[in-house]
Amino acid sequence: MRGKKEFEVMRNLSNREGGLLNSYRVLDLSNEKGLLCGKILGDFGADVIKIEPPGGDSARNIGPFYKDIAHPEKSLYWFALNTSKRGITLNIETADGREIFKRLVKTADFVIESFDPGYMDSLGLGYPALEQINPHMIMTSVSPFGSSGPYTHYKATDMVLWAMSGFMSTCGQTSEPPYRVSIPQSYLHGSLHAAMGSMIALYYRELTGEGQHVDISIQEANFFSTDWAMPMWDLNSINLRRSGAGGFVDRPTPPGPFWIRFIWPCKDGHVSLFLAGGAQAGLVKSSTQLVEMANSEGMAEYLKDYDWTTHDMSNTSQEERSQIEEAVIAFLRTKTKEELYDAALEKGMVLGSLSTIKDIMGSPQLAVREYFVEVQHPELGDTIIYPGAPVKLSEVPWRISRRPPLIGEHNEEIYEKELGFTKEELSRLKAAKVI
Amino acid sequence: MSRMQVFEGVKVAEFAWVAVGPQVGRTLAEHGATVLHIESHRRPDLLRLSSPFKDFEPGIDRSGLFAMLNTNKCSISLDLSKPKGKDIARKVIEWADIVTESFGPGTMKRLGLNYEEVKKIRPDIIYISTCMQGQYGPHASFRAYGMQLGALSGFPALVGRPDGEPMHPMAYTDWLAPWYLVTALIGAMLRRRKTGKGMYLDQAQYEAGVTFLAQGILDYTVNGRVMNRMANRDPYAAPHGAYPCQGEDRWCVITIFTDEEWEAFCQVLGNPEWTKDAKFATLLGRKRNEDELDRLVAEWTINYTAEEVTALMQATGIPASVVYTIEDVFNDPQLKHRQHFVYLDHPVIGRHAYHNEAIRFSKSPPDFWKAAPCLGEDNEQVYKEILGLTDAEIADLLAEGVITTDADLPEGLAL
Repeated sequence: MRGKKEFEVMRNLSNREGGLLNSYRVLDLSNEKGLLCGKILGDFGADVIKIEPPGGDSARNIGPFYKDIAHPEKSLYWFALNTSKRGITLNIETADGREIFKRLVKTADFVIESFDPGYMDSLGLGYPALEQINPHMIMTSVSPFGSSGPYTHYKATDMVLWAMSGFMSTCGQTSEPPYRVSIPQSYLHGSLHAAMGSMIALYYRELTGEGQHVDISIQEANFFSTDWAMPMWDLNSINLRRSGAGGFVDRPTPPGPFWIRFIWPCKDGHVSLFLAGGAQAGLVKSSTQLVEMANSEGMAEYLKDYDWTTHDMSNTSQEERSQIEEAVIAFLRTKTKEELYDAALEKGMVLGSLSTIKDIMGSPQLAVREYFVEVQHPELGDTIIYPGAPVKLSEVPWRISRRPPLIGEHNEEIYEKELGFTKEELSRLKAAKVI
Repeated sequence: MSRMQVFEGVKVAEFAWVAVGPQVGRTLAEHGATVLHIESHRRPDLLRLSSPFKDFEPGIDRSGLFAMLNTNKCSISLDLSKPKGKDIARKVIEWADIVTESFGPGTMKRLGLNYEEVKKIRPDIIYISTCMQGQYGPHASFRAYGMQLGALSGFPALVGRPDGEPMHPMAYTDWLAPWYLVTALIGAMLRRRKTGKGMYLDQAQYEAGVTFLAQGILDYTVNGRVMNRMANRDPYAAPHGAYPCQGEDRWCVITIFTDEEWEAFCQVLGNPEWTKDAKFATLLGRKRNEDELDRLVAEWTINYTAEEVTALMQATGIPASVVYTIEDVFNDPQLKHRQHFVYLDHPVIGRHAYHNEAIRFSKSPPDFWKAAPCLGEDNEQVYKEILGLTDAEIADLLAEGVITTDADLPEGLAL
C-alpha cells in the first residue's frame, strides 16, 4: 500500500516525545460512551492510562472482532478507540481501589468518565471529592443527557440519542422509517466534544491554576449535526422532512415546495452532486461544465447553452427541475463514479463520488497524505491499519504512540514501578479482585 | 457576564468561510476571543447566500445558518483582490494571534497571505487552514460542499436500507472537523505560551471525517468486510428499529440488547401469544426472525403515540424514545434544563435561537452576548479602533472600493 507508516510498539514513554500534550496525564475511566476522548488526547501525545474493571471493560465485547474471534483482546471496536493508551485494571468500587485511584488522581491532569451521572459521587469520587485531592485536575464527564435534568437517568443507546437529537428525523424517505448511520455515531460525537471541552478547561487552568468539572451531553453533541435543520425550524417553523436521495427546498406557496436530487445514480454506484446555479457563480460554473461534458458525448442536448444563472430555486418549477434531472441521470449512468470524480476535480464541479469504506481505503489522496497508519499488534502476530490524524500539525508529531492495551497490561509498570507496590501486595489485590 | 473568559484578549483573523472555520471562530468568540470575520460585499461569505432565510426572503443578513455559526463576531468588509485590501489584511494579521482560512489550497498564497508570508509579519502566528482534502495531494483541488465531502467520506453509504438508495446524513463532516480543530488549536496556543513558537495546522475535513468510521476501516482491512447500510438494525440487538406510531409520520425507536430488556418488553406488551414463541426467546432467534419480529412490534406500536411508547418502555428500563423532529427538540424538557437554546437579537432576523455548547463548564462557561454580524457591521469600530486608521484614510478606502458597501453587492444579491 502506498504511503503507509509503521510504528513500533514501545514499552517506554519516549514515543510521546515532542507531542503537543506530552506533559499531561489522563486517567481514562470511560466505557464506550467516552473512549474516543482519551484516544484523541493520547494521539496528541498525552500520557493516557485506561482504567478498566478487573477482567476488562465491557466495550471489549463489542464487535467487529479480529478474524471474527469474539474475544476481549480481539475487539476491533475496542482497538479503534484505544490507541495511545496504557492499560491497568482497578475496581473503584472497593476501598483499596478507591484509595489507589485517589493516589493516581494526585498525579493526573485529567480524569475522564462516562458512568451514569451520580455514580462517581456515590463512590466518594465525584468532582467535589477529587477537587480536594487535586484542585488542578480537570474532570470530564460524558453522559447521554448531561449530569442533571429530567432525563438524566433515561436509558439511552446510540440510536436513542440519535433519535433524541433530531438528527434521525432528517434521514430517509417519507415512505419509510427514519434511519440512523449504521456505524454508531452518538458516543463518538459526545467523546469528541469531551476532548474539546477538556482542552478549553486546560487553557482555563493555564490562566488560573484551577481545574474544573466539564460535563458533556451526547444528545446536545449530536444535535449540532442537524446543521441547517435547526434554523429551518427556528426561523420559519418548518420541520425538515426526510427527503430520500435529495432535499426539499421550502418555499412559500406559490410556487410551493421543491425537491432537488443530491445523490445521483451512475454506472457503478452513486455520486453526490449539487446541480444548481442562480446567484452562486461557483455553482453556475459547475453545472455548466457538467452539461458541457454531457453534450460532448451527445447527451443532455436540450440543456446545451442553458443559462444556469436563471436557475433560481426560489421559482423554478418542479416540472422543469425533474426534466433537467432526468437528462442528467441518463448521462451519469454512462460513467463510473471514478470517472465523474476525476472530471469534477479537473473542471471544478461540485460533485463527489459516494464512497464505500473500500473506496476510501483505495483513495490516492489519502495515500499521498500518508493518512492511514499501520500499527503493530505483536500479540496477534499482525499489523492493523488505523485511520490517522484529524489535523496535521507543523511543529509537533501526531502519532499513535502505542497499540491499544491488553487487559491489565501496564499493571506492573504503574503499580510496581510508579506507585511502589510490592509483588506480594499486588497478588493480594488481585486475589481480592481489586485489580 | 463579568466572569473572566478563557480566551479574553485572544485575537483571531478569520478569513475562513462557510461552516468548519467559522465554527472554530465561534467557539473561541463564545469564550471571549475577538474574532474578525473578513468578507466583502463583492464576495460575501457563501453561507450568507444559503437558505434557510428568515421568512424565505433571501438576503445577505437573513441567513439562519450563517447566523448560527457566527455568534459574538465582528464582520468587516474588505476587498482582498485590491492591493490596498491586501495591505489592510496584513494590518489585521499583525494585530491577530490566530489566522484561519478555508479556501481551496493556493488561494491564500495568491493573495500573499499564506503561512510563509504571514510568518514574516508575525513569526509566532498560529495559522489554520481547513479545507476538504488538505493542502496537497492529487485531489487537493476538490471544490465542493460539505455534502459532497460527506459522500466521499463514506457516510451516505451507511444510511438507508441495504437494498435501497444511500442517503445523505446532512453535511456530516462539517460537524466533526471543527471540534478536532479547536482541540488541536488550544494545544498549539498552550505550546506557544511556553515556547513562544507558532504553528501551522493543516486540516483535511475528509481525514477528520473518516475517523468516525474507524471500526469499519479495521473490519475491512482485517476481515475484508465492506460495511454496508443496514437500515436501523444492529448486530447485537433485536428488536432494534424505528417503529410507526399514532399520528402523522410519528416514530419511536426501541433498542433491546439484553434478556432482561426483552422480558420487560414482553411484559409491557402484556405478554401476547407471539412473544411466547420459542423462536423469539433468544437473541439469535430474534435475529433469525427479525423481519417478522419488526412487523409484530410495529403492529403494537401503531396503537400508541411515540410519547406513550417511550414512557411505557423507560418506566421498565428499556432504552426507547420518540424520534424527535426539530420542533420536538426545541420543546425537549432536558434541553430546556441545559439551556441549550440561547436567544439573541439580530438586527435583521430579529430575536432567534443559537446553539449553546454541548459542554457545561463549572468555572469557565461561554458567554453569548452578540448575534451574528451583518456584513461590514463592525467596519467603523474595527478600522478605527483596532487598526488605527484615520477618518480620512477610511474615506479614501471607501471611495476606492477597498472597503465595500451594499452598493458593491453583485446583481441578484442587492438588498
